[in-house]
Amino acid sequence: MKTESIVQILNRILRWSPLLFLCVVAIVFTILSRQFFTISNIQAILVQSSWLALVALGMNFVLLTAGVDLSVGAIMYFAAVTVSLAVPAASVWVVVLVAMLVGAVFGGANGLFIVRLGIPPFIATLATAFIGRGLGLFFSGTQALYAGARLATVGRESWLGIPAVIWFAAAGLLVSLALMRALEFGSFVRAIGADHEGSRRAGVPIARVTWSVYVLAGAFAGIGGLISLAQTASVSPAFGLNAEFLAISAAVLGGTSLFGGRGSVWGPIVGVVLITIVQDGMALINANPYAYPVTTGIVIFIAVALDCLRSSLTTRVERKQIRVVEPASA
Amino acid sequence: MSGNSNIINLTRLRMEGVTKSFSTVRVLHGVSFEVGVGEVLGVVGENGSGKSTTMNIIAGILAPDEGTMVLDGHKFLPPNRRAAEKTGIAFIQQELTVFPNLSVEENLLLGRAPRVSGALPFISRKQRRTRAMEFLQAVGLDVNPGTSASQLSTGERQLLEIARGLSIDARVMIFDEPTTSLTNKETERLFALIRRLKSSGIAIIYISHALNDVLQLSDKLLVMRDGRVTFHGPKAVMTPEQLIVAMVGRSIDALFPPSRGTVSKREETPLLELRGVSEPGIVEGINLKVTAGEIVGISGLMGSGRSELARIIFGLDFHRQGQIKANGASLTSGDLSARLRSGMAFLTEDRRHEGLMMDASASENMALAALRSFSSSIYGRLQTTTLKPALKEMAGRLHLKCDNIDTSPARSLSGGNQQKVVIGRWLLCQPKLLILDEPTRGVDVGAKEEIYALLAVLVAQGKGILVISSEIEELIGLCDRIVVMHRGCIVSEFNRVEFDQKKILSAAFGRAKAV
Repeated sequence: MKTESIVQILNRILRWSPLLFLCVVAIVFTILSRQFFTISNIQAILVQSSWLALVALGMNFVLLTAGVDLSVGAIMYFAAVTVSLAVPAASVWVVVLVAMLVGAVFGGANGLFIVRLGIPPFIATLATAFIGRGLGLFFSGTQALYAGARLATVGRESWLGIPAVIWFAAAGLLVSLALMRALEFGSFVRAIGADHEGSRRAGVPIARVTWSVYVLAGAFAGIGGLISLAQTASVSPAFGLNAEFLAISAAVLGGTSLFGGRGSVWGPIVGVVLITIVQDGMALINANPYAYPVTTGIVIFIAVALDCLRSSLTTRVERKQIRVVEPASA
Repeated sequence: MSGNSNIINLTRLRMEGVTKSFSTVRVLHGVSFEVGVGEVLGVVGENGSGKSTTMNIIAGILAPDEGTMVLDGHKFLPPNRRAAEKTGIAFIQQELTVFPNLSVEENLLLGRAPRVSGALPFISRKQRRTRAMEFLQAVGLDVNPGTSASQLSTGERQLLEIARGLSIDARVMIFDEPTTSLTNKETERLFALIRRLKSSGIAIIYISHALNDVLQLSDKLLVMRDGRVTFHGPKAVMTPEQLIVAMVGRSIDALFPPSRGTVSKREETPLLELRGVSEPGIVEGINLKVTAGEIVGISGLMGSGRSELARIIFGLDFHRQGQIKANGASLTSGDLSARLRSGMAFLTEDRRHEGLMMDASASENMALAALRSFSSSIYGRLQTTTLKPALKEMAGRLHLKCDNIDTSPARSLSGGNQQKVVIGRWLLCQPKLLILDEPTRGVDVGAKEEIYALLAVLVAQGKGILVISSEIEELIGLCDRIVVMHRGCIVSEFNRVEFDQKKILSAAFGRAKAV
């Protein structure tokens, strides 16, 4: 029994590991570069994080149900292309609405394939990722497109002294928090991820909830693509490429389990900031640009290794007992 | 609450003539019983006697083929579990459905959380907390409703499920083996709670292998055997011994090869020897020997630690104390490859998930474990010229019924032939010791007979066999020695001359060897 409690303590420490990890990395860069821990740099980190934060928040819902969405990068691209072609001069809110709708419809299709046809999420979203990027290439004629002037200013301007893009990410976080905490939806999502069969027995509306998480992932990716478009002011054919892997990595770095059921709403934000800090810090210390992906890779590797360690610890704690050891006092 | 002596006569749930078949096998032959308001019905029977199927029908998980159910005077046929819950059937299964990643209150009111107002989907945390507190108090579970369910002990999780049952306004509460993983204290607490539930008018169906508990708790008993009711009535007339008689009492079919006579007790190193093997929470102080030319059986109820012990012996799980020796050489805990080298082979009970590659052919499946011995030593290139005939010969030896062993996928074979393929896989490795977990589960009678005959040939060749089975008749027909496990311990041992179905079953139920 004693060893089990050690396992439980370890488990608790691992739960806070994303934030600890973030602090350690931040401290290291603060020591290495005087420019790192300044208000302007911290703001820059948050601005750079915002588009990925939105995509990762959407991905988080999917991962919590033990699914995965590999099409979010393609959704970003497709939404950005649609916006640039269809509503180049519209007001910001129309553009936001269009991007969100395009993403939601795309995600809804993903959800249908997964729920109705029973295609594994990995395969279904891999296929739609190719379809989405292909459609985007077709409509854009493989040319780079440019954001409308109104949208491009959003990428640079501030509202109430805070960069507009950060407002978008904050809104995404608020919506996530509301869905996961104020609605039963949150309990359903985590129940499905923890025990699919058990959820069925407990009467969780599995089909509806599963479909919804892919719609959400799509809508968040659509807006993420829009923010990225506002910042870079153009859509090249490589726009959003590999964004799904960054989003998954960010969520896992933030403590969301790839095995489903475990993770917080804040986690992906911590993960995204961590990834951005690593890239930002590497630039500040003038590291070889080719070392960036290597470092990001190592950070992700450590995070996933910790996740696996946590999962095996959890199964050990949950292991079924045959002989019950009476507590010493009994 | 008051005057419960009057309400006891009202029937709460009645089942009449329910039958159920799975494909061609009939598992329930007209089951009828009733349980009254504020009454506890104890249900006993061996594994596979149809208890679980019956309960699954009441809880809406399975649909009956024929027969009727009446709940409080109304016809009752729940299409699914959710519908059954809505009409007031709470089923507390052995495998608890508690989500460890949700809080206690989320678990308790999952899908039924109170809303802030009727129109909006937002949940009212305050109301949920109050409601959760109410039900937790009713079952005496003293935890903060906001804590994570992962922090609850098994006993507490069970109380949580009972609380969930109360929250759906249960009229009938079914308990399936509720005490298997509870401490004595928790068990006492559970019994006190069941008595309280009963006095509030809930009808309780209590399934257990712990006969003393059943006799202590119930007002009425239901004994099942082979899908039939063998006794249904007040408990007053039954003793534990009579209960066991009602549970067993099948004639042993002439399925088994003629007895090989007692093995000569040669003083040689045993093929397998366990000394004081323990793993906290799983098994304790296991001593066991298997010598060449001997079939040893492990009997025990589901959850007695039989399969877990087999996994420890084969090194799939670890053990913390004690020694496992093969041919006199010590084996490290969890070292699977050392066991393979020493000539040990293991047929898991879960053929479908752990044993067979369903889409691969019979040949591929059989060759799997022996590939190394059919490879050239330098590059590891497969020697098809020797492997093919060996596979063909093995298929013949096993009487494998298969269109084409090289092309037909394992999926297309019958259960018996699938099992033969797994046996064939290990025989190709020339094992000295075979561990078989439920070797004839899902196997038809003809194939069973062939498997028994094959095992008899193998021991005659000087191999040792350790076989785990839920079917006591099977062990009696097959083994030279039977050890009985109960709650992770070996509680008794029988030599061939002492074999007695009732005594073995009593031991498995945790009662003394001498009945």
